Amino acid sequence: MADPSYPDDLKYHPEHDWARIDGDTATFGITWYAQDALGEVVFFDAPDVGAEISKDQPYTEVESVKAVSDVFAPLSGEVTAVNEALADKPETINEDPYGEGWLVKVKLSDPSEVDALMDSAEYQATLD
Amino acid sequence: MIAQADDTLTIYERSKAGRRAFVAPDTDVPERAPDELLAPELRRAEPPRLPEVAEPEIVRHYNRLSKRNFDLDTGFYPLGSCTMKHNPKLHERVAGLPGHARVHPLQDPRYAQGALELMWRLQGALGEIAGLPHVSLQPSAGSQGELAGVLLTRALHEDRGEHRTKVLTPDTAHGTNPATVTMAGYEVVKVVSDSGGNVDLDDLRAKADEDVACLMLTNPSTLGLFETGIEEIERIVHGVGATLYYDGANLNAIMGISRPGDMGFDIVHFNLHKSFTQPHGGGGPGAGPVAVSDRIEPYLPRPQVVRRESTTNGNEPFYDLDYDRPKSIGRLRGFQGNYGVFVRSYAYIRSLGAAGLREASETAVLNANYLLAKLREAGVAQYLPAAYDRLCMHEFVLSGEPMRRELKIKTLDMAKRLLDHGVHPPTVYFPLIVEEALMVEPTETETKETLDHFAEIVTGILREAQEDPEIAREAPYTTPVRRLDEAGAARHPVVRQPMNGN
Amino acid sequence: MTRYTSATDADRAEMLGAIGVGSIDELFADIPAALRLNRPLALDAGLSEQEVYEELKALAAKSTSAEDEISFLGAGMYDHYVPALVDSIILRSEFLTPYTPYQPEISQGGLQAMFEYQTAISELTGLPVSNASVYEGPSAVAAAGYVATAASKGSRFVISRGVHPHSRECLRTLAHAWEMEVVEAPLSGGVTELPSLDEDVSAVIVQQPNFLGAVEDLAALSGAAHGVGALSIAACDPLPLALLKTPGECGVDIAVGEGQSLGNRLDFGGPSFGFFAATEALMRRMPGRIAGETKDIDGKRGFVLTLQTREQHIRREKATSNICTAQALNALAGVIYLSWLGGQGIVELVELMLQRTAYARDRLAAIDGVTQIHEQPVVREFAVALDAPVQRVIARCQEQGVNPGYALGRDYPEYENGLLVAITERRTRADIDRLADVLTAAVAAERQAVGAKA
Repeated sequence: MADPSYPDDLKYHPEHDWARIDGDTATFGITWYAQDALGEVVFFDAPDVGAEISKDQPYTEVESVKAVSDVFAPLSGEVTAVNEALADKPETINEDPYGEGWLVKVKLSDPSEVDALMDSAEYQATLD
Repeated sequence: MIAQADDTLTIYERSKAGRRAFVAPDTDVPERAPDELLAPELRRAEPPRLPEVAEPEIVRHYNRLSKRNFDLDTGFYPLGSCTMKHNPKLHERVAGLPGHARVHPLQDPRYAQGALELMWRLQGALGEIAGLPHVSLQPSAGSQGELAGVLLTRALHEDRGEHRTKVLTPDTAHGTNPATVTMAGYEVVKVVSDSGGNVDLDDLRAKADEDVACLMLTNPSTLGLFETGIEEIERIVHGVGATLYYDGANLNAIMGISRPGDMGFDIVHFNLHKSFTQPHGGGGPGAGPVAVSDRIEPYLPRPQVVRRESTTNGNEPFYDLDYDRPKSIGRLRGFQGNYGVFVRSYAYIRSLGAAGLREASETAVLNANYLLAKLREAGVAQYLPAAYDRLCMHEFVLSGEPMRRELKIKTLDMAKRLLDHGVHPPTVYFPLIVEEALMVEPTETETKETLDHFAEIVTGILREAQEDPEIAREAPYTTPVRRLDEAGAARHPVVRQPMNGN
Repeated sequence: MTRYTSATDADRAEMLGAIGVGSIDELFADIPAALRLNRPLALDAGLSEQEVYEELKALAAKSTSAEDEISFLGAGMYDHYVPALVDSIILRSEFLTPYTPYQPEISQGGLQAMFEYQTAISELTGLPVSNASVYEGPSAVAAAGYVATAASKGSRFVISRGVHPHSRECLRTLAHAWEMEVVEAPLSGGVTELPSLDEDVSAVIVQQPNFLGAVEDLAALSGAAHGVGALSIAACDPLPLALLKTPGECGVDIAVGEGQSLGNRLDFGGPSFGFFAATEALMRRMPGRIAGETKDIDGKRGFVLTLQTREQHIRREKATSNICTAQALNALAGVIYLSWLGGQGIVELVELMLQRTAYARDRLAAIDGVTQIHEQPVVREFAVALDAPVQRVIARCQEQGVNPGYALGRDYPEYENGLLVAITERRTRADIDRLADVLTAAVAAERQAVGAKA
């Protein structure tokens, strides 16, 4: 995706991750800023379905040619699905970070954690 | 370097069934049924699909490949922290003598006295250069020397009943340092650098506690700057009972001028493929001997080369391998180390002697400072300023951040455009604390004219970028291939020749 | 000015002027006075090239090389014939003197050679992924162990006593730092007898053929490892792999080994290279450089170092290994050698060694006072027990210009007077017959000496 974009309907974490909330489930991914800093993504090391992940802790890694980046969980919960299409086309994370480039779906263990996340404007304000 | 016509067939693609270079001699022993000697169920289903080519094809193939390589004998390699100095041609001749090249490592020491004596003498010379008395030649390369150093530290503390979990490395450290720390079972703690480019002493004091086993330091640092606070660093580190480890990658700046042992380092590693002229071979071999102080000596890897004074045989000393080392950390590799590399390094030290080694370092530092001055003179500093406004040692770091902002070309683009001018680029994007870093180490074996020419090339590329930044961004143009799709290679790695069924 | 530097007095003056200092000494102002060395290094003065040559030649003359005796000494490094074309290629400036190929556009020769080498190792081991070399055999075993600590659960390694003593020691040295236990599986009848395994085993490590020359049942050993969720690691002698069931066919996860036999000299133990091959699943955990094929922006075929995010220069403390400089030139010698042998030639070579080894084994076992230590199938090396002090027997043989092999006693006290005998294609029938004669006489003499003392 060529131009910066931070959709309003998402919540954001300071380590450059987004969450799309749907009741007590959520979808996570990395923001435009994160994929731009990484460069062309070559590998996404998907966690196992069923894995427990914790807010503010890294739950996986994304690799470009010259860098590796931890991906932080914006919220806690159990992984219910991983984006298997990324195994063949990890560059989807660059092309469509908020849509087809989603990383995991999670059943939230503590939906009240959403309150700690930022909205689009607040997140953009943290970027230089 | 001659750019060849497009010709990238692999040796497998040049193969044709039936062609061969080697034909085994006839079986001169009474032949037994092969299946009797090695039953069918022990044998592989299909033979290995190795190339099928005769000698002329092999020679031509690899010769052609060689012409798609840039190399040090052909041109300038100002790679920071790599010390790409000339590889003396004598060394291949002496390393090839059968009395060095064809001796089995497990030969009875009585019949390997020449090899053991050479190793013993090299140990002594390296120890003198480092200012530490005990040397092990065993480690295979710098990284393995670093590993030895941290494992020796562990052994020291364990022997004292201490259990420490952390090792400190500066934020300018070469990647092998933190990787080594993890491999040795410790946690890495980073120490920051101050605005002058030295280790921040306050940060070091804050982080140095009795859980710290070691501080790994390069001096001069990877910024090419001498750690002016080294005496205080030594007090702080030893004050908490930790060891002080010297990464010898930058030894080329100080040979015969200052010695890490005198600075208080407990353990030093050498890169024989840097200061001591072992040819890089496109990625090795090298060697990473370590020199240590008296208190670390008991833990050195096994075996050690020793000299025993003999009471027989006319008082000739006897060189031997000492395995009787009860406190040794053990082995890091098989046999005695990369002996072929020792032969070359020893020949180098004997060629230069004390005065020559000192002169090498003095000239290395002179050349680096001169090149830095030339680049400043030429107005390069506007776009590629030195990261630190100090005299450098044998290398210096420039920042390409102004160049990126104003000319819209990155350090990467500068590097790729340099390829079109027949020089190898400097080290790029290291150390990490300098934005768009370009680390330059000319070494002492380059002429003033080469340095002048390099400054001209850099100036020219900057001028060109002011006119048209696209040129550098799409460079190189004249190399055997242009920029390669590294992302594709990492996404779907193809790491061997595909063949039917594989 | 030495013969390797060019700064004349005039150059120096000009350069100091451009820098803006009066003397070279001022360039070292940052070094505290207390740390300046106030004397020359205590080293001899430098010598001319001719003098250095003479000294190195004199040192060479003090060692007995494989040219000076008929040698059956193996135990991990072997006196094979290295064809002349290997030297002529690897001594080329373009292969000998470049740096690691971080700028692929000007390193296609080296990168393609790595790709071809990786292919050859993959073919020999039957595993799909090989790296571009590690240092040598024994440290490669430790490196494979390091992968197991990340890729496999468990706090224990089980390593066969049949693995090279240096490899076992390397693993112990590193395992201590990883707080992993190392348990040795004994040999029985010359082959590995695995203890019962459990899920706390991280990896099972064996050697093929083992140190006593015996062919192991790699598939069974590998299966036992997988049965408890452990990795299967095999340290292999590369030439016998031309005939033996491959590690890949046997379900092995990681195959490593000493590459010296492939186109490299003895060099008193180094430099040589280690090979490291693994399954696809372990590709992203492998240490070392890996060359990969790709295209450039004009669509031309090219090669690059790939999966670099595993390595220390990017992943730093989380790297799969700390390895930086490896053994690229020696691996190049390896692939040239394998190309020279060829697919057909390598099979012929190893079948020849098989025949000669069998002949040697029969001839020596027939000697009075010499018995086989085991009767397992062997390919190029075998072990016998002498009824006489082995070191003294070896000394007598060497005085006759024959080096009969490696004394096993120091590493295997249970084979106090054991002798490990290695065959390469250089050892002809005549050489083997001479060994038999010399050994017969030496054993007899030493038995007599022992008898006389009794």
